[in-house]
Amino acid sequence: MTAPSLPDLAGHFGPYGGRFVPEALIKALDELDAAYRSAKADPEFQAEFQDLLLNYAGVPSLLYRAKRLSAELGAEILLKREDLNHTGAHKVRNVLGQALLAKRMGKGRVIAETGAGQHGVASATAAALLDLECVVYMGATDTERQALNVARMRMLGATVIPVTNGSQTLKDALNEALRDWVTTVDTTHYLLGTAAGPHPFPELVRDFVGGIGVEARAQCLEQLGRLPDAVAACVGGGSNAIGIFHAFVPDTKVRLYGFEAGGDGVETGRHAASITGGSVGVLHGNRTYLLQNEDGQTIESHSISAGLDYPGVGPEHAWLHDSGRATYEPVTDAEAMAAFQLLCRTEGIIPAIESSHALAGVAKIAPRLREELGRTPTIVVNLSGRGDKDVHTAGAYFGILDPVETVVPGENT
Amino acid sequence: MSIASTFATAKAENRAVLVGCMPAGFPTVDDSIEQMIEMHRSGCDVIEVELPYSDPVMDGPVIQKASDIALAGGVRTRDTLKIIDAVSSAGATVVLMTYWNPIEKYGVDAFARDLASAGATGLITPDLIPDEAGEWIAASDQHKIDRTFLVAPSSTDARLAMTVANCRGFVYATALMGVTGARTSVSSQAPELVARVRAADPEMPVGVGLGVGNGKQAAEVAAFADGVIVGSALIRCVLDAPDRATGLDRLRSLSAELADGVRTR
Repeated sequence: MTAPSLPDLAGHFGPYGGRFVPEALIKALDELDAAYRSAKADPEFQAEFQDLLLNYAGVPSLLYRAKRLSAELGAEILLKREDLNHTGAHKVRNVLGQALLAKRMGKGRVIAETGAGQHGVASATAAALLDLECVVYMGATDTERQALNVARMRMLGATVIPVTNGSQTLKDALNEALRDWVTTVDTTHYLLGTAAGPHPFPELVRDFVGGIGVEARAQCLEQLGRLPDAVAACVGGGSNAIGIFHAFVPDTKVRLYGFEAGGDGVETGRHAASITGGSVGVLHGNRTYLLQNEDGQTIESHSISAGLDYPGVGPEHAWLHDSGRATYEPVTDAEAMAAFQLLCRTEGIIPAIESSHALAGVAKIAPRLREELGRTPTIVVNLSGRGDKDVHTAGAYFGILDPVETVVPGENT
Repeated sequence: MSIASTFATAKAENRAVLVGCMPAGFPTVDDSIEQMIEMHRSGCDVIEVELPYSDPVMDGPVIQKASDIALAGGVRTRDTLKIIDAVSSAGATVVLMTYWNPIEKYGVDAFARDLASAGATGLITPDLIPDEAGEWIAASDQHKIDRTFLVAPSSTDARLAMTVANCRGFVYATALMGVTGARTSVSSQAPELVARVRAADPEMPVGVGLGVGNGKQAAEVAAFADGVIVGSALIRCVLDAPDRATGLDRLRSLSAELADGVRTR
């Protein structure tokens, strides 16, 4: 298995990754690459990062044996509780790492793109903690859908800029962040939210979130005395998945499963499953699988989960897919929501709808693994985020929101 | 006419080349052909056809809007090739500017072949750097298409030399750190960047783009560059016009003004 030594020096994972960006950004990417390599080798930087993770973010997260869920699914399920981290998801690891790196590079301003607002909130959090100016680009459609997260970012001192170009969603927010960066690159770090984009972002983000897998592996050995049969995660851009996969890649007996957002079903065309329902191309600075039409124009993605609603995927997943080391399958909105409800009712944990895709996928593979192994399989699932942010979406989906009475000001006087 | 002879002719006339940009299919395929031919007749030496793309990260609001209109109208990659054919048949020197993914999807070698047979002389690639361009370099050599990569004020000397060495026809110098769109003044970084390109290769013509919108600015840039590239200001003539006739009038008059500009160094 060669994956742990990837990417190469130019950021290639086999044919994937690389740098497909305007020349104006190359110097900044080279500087970022150099700064990252020096930070990686610097015990002081690593100690500062670990200290923030431990004492601020609440890492290492628990590896929790979900007994009632296990009984339901016919598999021994261990949940990696990234939902318990500060800000409620794995993303805090990446933003703390990158914000520290921005400081190290002497850049006082960070910009970020966000879809549902989770990466934006995490970025605003890290910026507040480390005293950085923070500007978040968010599609205008999303600022309306996620008004609470917009307010959160503003409370934390960030400026939120609604993006009204194109489809006004995450991909357009990313375009706008890149345009900002081309203009302000001397003073600004682009705090990219997933393990995708031009080199060195896929590698750098993977390394910052890679603690998830390192911890889960050690926790398995400690709690079970052995490695699990499988590790599962949801895949949008793919940062939580690569974060938990990476440490297990050399353990070839551990199966790796990535579950993509199948939306209404891959066959309907309304989905966000780049690997299982897309094709190879170039988007947002890297070669990878993406949703595109026959002319190479990006197709809008569809998913009930805003965090998975992106038409591309990180290049290392493209490589793990082609090499056969990891298996990717789609999970529909309906399957994810059933798993969401199941975890609520069996374990008293409200998961993010993103993470519910991983749970739904496990429900599908558990019987297959059981048959293949001839025993109860042990599966680690990355519970990448908590579901507080999704209460409105899930409440509407299940039809459990009481109608809100509209009070017209002045009418009751 | 080839790019090399277009630049050579202009040099002999002691002026700069005027490159005018227009997205293919904006607002319709036929309208865009008419606009490009009018630009050619009114003084644009080179017509830079931009292939509309869903995620144009190098472009400012004007080109984004025009591209969105073209895509919403259903323009296809094969329409862009048809447009190039029509405009080059009308006598214009045509280069194409496109983000990389549409070419990769079409098939790199097939695209180079069809681009050449449509009559384009070169291709400008805003998000393809020579480091990633192995397949394109082979295909463009095979089908004799000129290659224009971008250099920026932030390019190191080593990258600048490497990029220029991989260009054929002309090199595109982005005058400032930013996206396309007219600015109120010409970038102060542009003359130095052009000088650095000349130091790397005295023979390679340099076109300067980003921020030029009127005759006065064209003259300022023509004073130090071999080519002046104008996009957003020309597109606005059509985008902002109350009706088609007014749009074409404005396009002709701005093209003529810019053509005067590149002749008053």
